[in-house]
Amino acid sequence: MRDIIGLAFMTIGFTFDVIGCLGLVRLPDVYNRLQAATKCVTLGTCSILFGAFLIVGFTAAGMKSLMCMVFVVLTSPVAAHAIARGAHKAGVKLWKDSVIDAYAEDKEGKT
Amino acid sequence: MRSKIVLFLVAFICWCLLNWIPDWQHLLVGIFVAGFVAYLTGDLFIRSPDRLSHPHRYWYFVFHYLPLFIWECIKANIDVAFRVLHPRLPIRPGIVKVKIKLKTDTGITFLANSITLTPGTLSVDVDREKGFLYVHWIDVKSKDVEEATKIVVARFERVLEKIFE
Repeated sequence: MRDIIGLAFMTIGFTFDVIGCLGLVRLPDVYNRLQAATKCVTLGTCSILFGAFLIVGFTAAGMKSLMCMVFVVLTSPVAAHAIARGAHKAGVKLWKDSVIDAYAEDKEGKT
Repeated sequence: MRSKIVLFLVAFICWCLLNWIPDWQHLLVGIFVAGFVAYLTGDLFIRSPDRLSHPHRYWYFVFHYLPLFIWECIKANIDVAFRVLHPRLPIRPGIVKVKIKLKTDTGITFLANSITLTPGTLSVDVDREKGFLYVHWIDVKSKDVEEATKIVVARFERVLEKIFE
């Protein structure tokens, strides 16, 4: 029974990871791609790790997968934030149909 | 100094959880490693250790913040999956500016991380002096600062204020 629930969690995780990768290909610019990559890959990977934890139980490997969940949730938004900020500072343009760019407006005001 | 002790305890508990089956060799090495890490980076870890001894902050973190965060995270994934799989790609992206009331480093970090993992938003940069956060929004609903603040930030800020301020 525990195996089946674990496998169900892993399947959900794989599905979200695949959708995240699809978003990486389909969406138009860096920032939109980061959105898909960060969200889907965080929940997808956490779901796979939680499924692995349910299957192996409270063993050394299970505890490691729980710790990995915490670290993935803490670090992946920080990485996305760093990439987005770096891309904007390096002058990567937003997609042509974007409606507003308050960050660029404020930066121009300063310099 | 108290910040170093807190970091030592956190690092040592992490080490014990990673090893899981206790053994005097592992524990001894763990004490040395955690001590070394605490000695080097202890002062950067936490600014005000007093706040760790308030039990109501843990209560809000576990029973108010975590359920809200997990629910928003699942909603965000379904939202992104819908947008990616939709044949016409229904996005309307842009970077908007929102106001934040939080002042502490930890509070702002948690707020930015939460915003990144919630539906359609990704924090890009923070202006601490003026209290603004720049947020990339996949589906801009409002260009106005106040309106955007109400939609993006308010539900998290209410909870985080009680935990970190």
